[in-house]
Amino acid sequence: MSLIRCENVSFAYSGKNAVSGVNFEVNAGDYLCIIGENGAGKSTLIRGLLRLKKPSSGKITYGDGLKPNEIGYLPQQTEAQKDFPATVSEVVLSGCLNSLGMHFFYSKDEKRRARDNMDLLGITDLSDRCYRDLSGGQQQRVLLARALCATKKLLLLDEPVTGLDPVIAGELYHVIRDLREQKHITIIMVSHDVNGAVREADHILHLANGQKFCGPTVRYINDPIGRAFLGGAAS
Amino acid sequence: MSTLFEMISYPFLVRAFIVGILVSLCASLLGSSLVLKRYSMIGDGLSHVGFAALAIAYPLGISPLWLSIPVCVIAAFLLLQIRESSRIRGDAATALLLSGALAIGVMTISLTTGMNTDVCNYMFGSILAMSKSDLHISVILSIVVLILYILFYNRIFAVTFDETFAAATGTRAQTYNMIIAVLTAVTIVLGMRMMGTLLISSLIVFPSLTAMRVCRRFLSTVIVSAVLAVTCFSIGLILSYLYSIPTGASIVVTDIVVFFLFLAIEKIRER
Repeated sequence: MSLIRCENVSFAYSGKNAVSGVNFEVNAGDYLCIIGENGAGKSTLIRGLLRLKKPSSGKITYGDGLKPNEIGYLPQQTEAQKDFPATVSEVVLSGCLNSLGMHFFYSKDEKRRARDNMDLLGITDLSDRCYRDLSGGQQQRVLLARALCATKKLLLLDEPVTGLDPVIAGELYHVIRDLREQKHITIIMVSHDVNGAVREADHILHLANGQKFCGPTVRYINDPIGRAFLGGAAS
Repeated sequence: MSTLFEMISYPFLVRAFIVGILVSLCASLLGSSLVLKRYSMIGDGLSHVGFAALAIAYPLGISPLWLSIPVCVIAAFLLLQIRESSRIRGDAATALLLSGALAIGVMTISLTTGMNTDVCNYMFGSILAMSKSDLHISVILSIVVLILYILFYNRIFAVTFDETFAAATGTRAQTYNMIIAVLTAVTIVLGMRMMGTLLISSLIVFPSLTAMRVCRRFLSTVIVSAVLAVTCFSIGLILSYLYSIPTGASIVVTDIVVFFLFLAIEKIRER
């Protein structure tokens, strides 16, 4: 059974369709990239998959007993975080919140998981630094470690490389690839970086207020839609 | 030191000290979240609603706390809901509520008891406002606020730092926002008669903003702001006794001085 299946799903803001007629499924172990122009409905779809926004029509089903507290999410950065006094370890640990259940405070297990994920992403030596003082690439690693604390199954990444310079972006792609291979985590990523998406992901979902293409990456690069979009992005 | 002994020989000053310290603690803890969530004005909005409720409670002969706490809690719910739906922006909604409630309060007072020194006390606060029965309610409620804050600390941190992430990963972020709002409403009502309608929100904003000048960790921000809040309150109350100035104003002025002191420390550190 697939992890997430969308059947003819649409999302609307105040009556207007932001994105409509989306059909796709994600299986355990997939690496899906959602691409498209600004305003194509990519982030809306992600909000929908996270159950933060209800679809106006259609159905999203979650397979394999996927609960909301088993999804890891890397959001776009918010304005409030620019002056927020919090250390890296505080931020990463907050990802464990969804496994607290009825408890009030973090247990040793959760603290260890936060430490392990910081190790994995190579940010252990930053653990007492203030989040707002870090570079863009370091901040993304912190948020990725937090997302990993929240999940063992599925990561949703909303434009993780936007605003990073190419070298740092390349490193982050590498980290994500490693996570998928080592921890068998399913990845769904929204991206502006079409070339990166085609290079990294094995499935592509191309949105333009509706669904233009959905399928394996190898088919996408030979598809007229894919060729046109890739050509436009390369020039 | 002798001033301090002289002060605690007056029962009403002891009451003011006890309630003031507890309320300052609650306000400063919640303040860190409110300032970072861009809800700084919520304190002002709620205190004006509290003022209207007080004005209505007196002529009706209802104990002011019993009326103003539920009214403020409802107002806090409404303010947060408006932020969600965003037809009217949150700051505009707060401004509407603030002046609307003030107008209703002033009108009620002038129609019933008439404008007198009481109005001045509502506005700028008075340490004489604490009666014995108020003391009990205030102490109990502020201890409840403190305990709830400590129990929910991890959740409050998560929804303050990143509400979307918390909601996306299965935390009921809206519930914890409501808890913050309710705790804030209770704190405001408890503190507003001593601090005054116009000055109560300073208890929320100043200590955390001051602490944020030097702190790099959320936990230390919260602790430093709590220490600052209690210190500034005590200094302010002593000054107000020594120079017979209104308590609220003298606490706020102490807060301002300390804020600039910390600002200077931050600037020196950056060099």
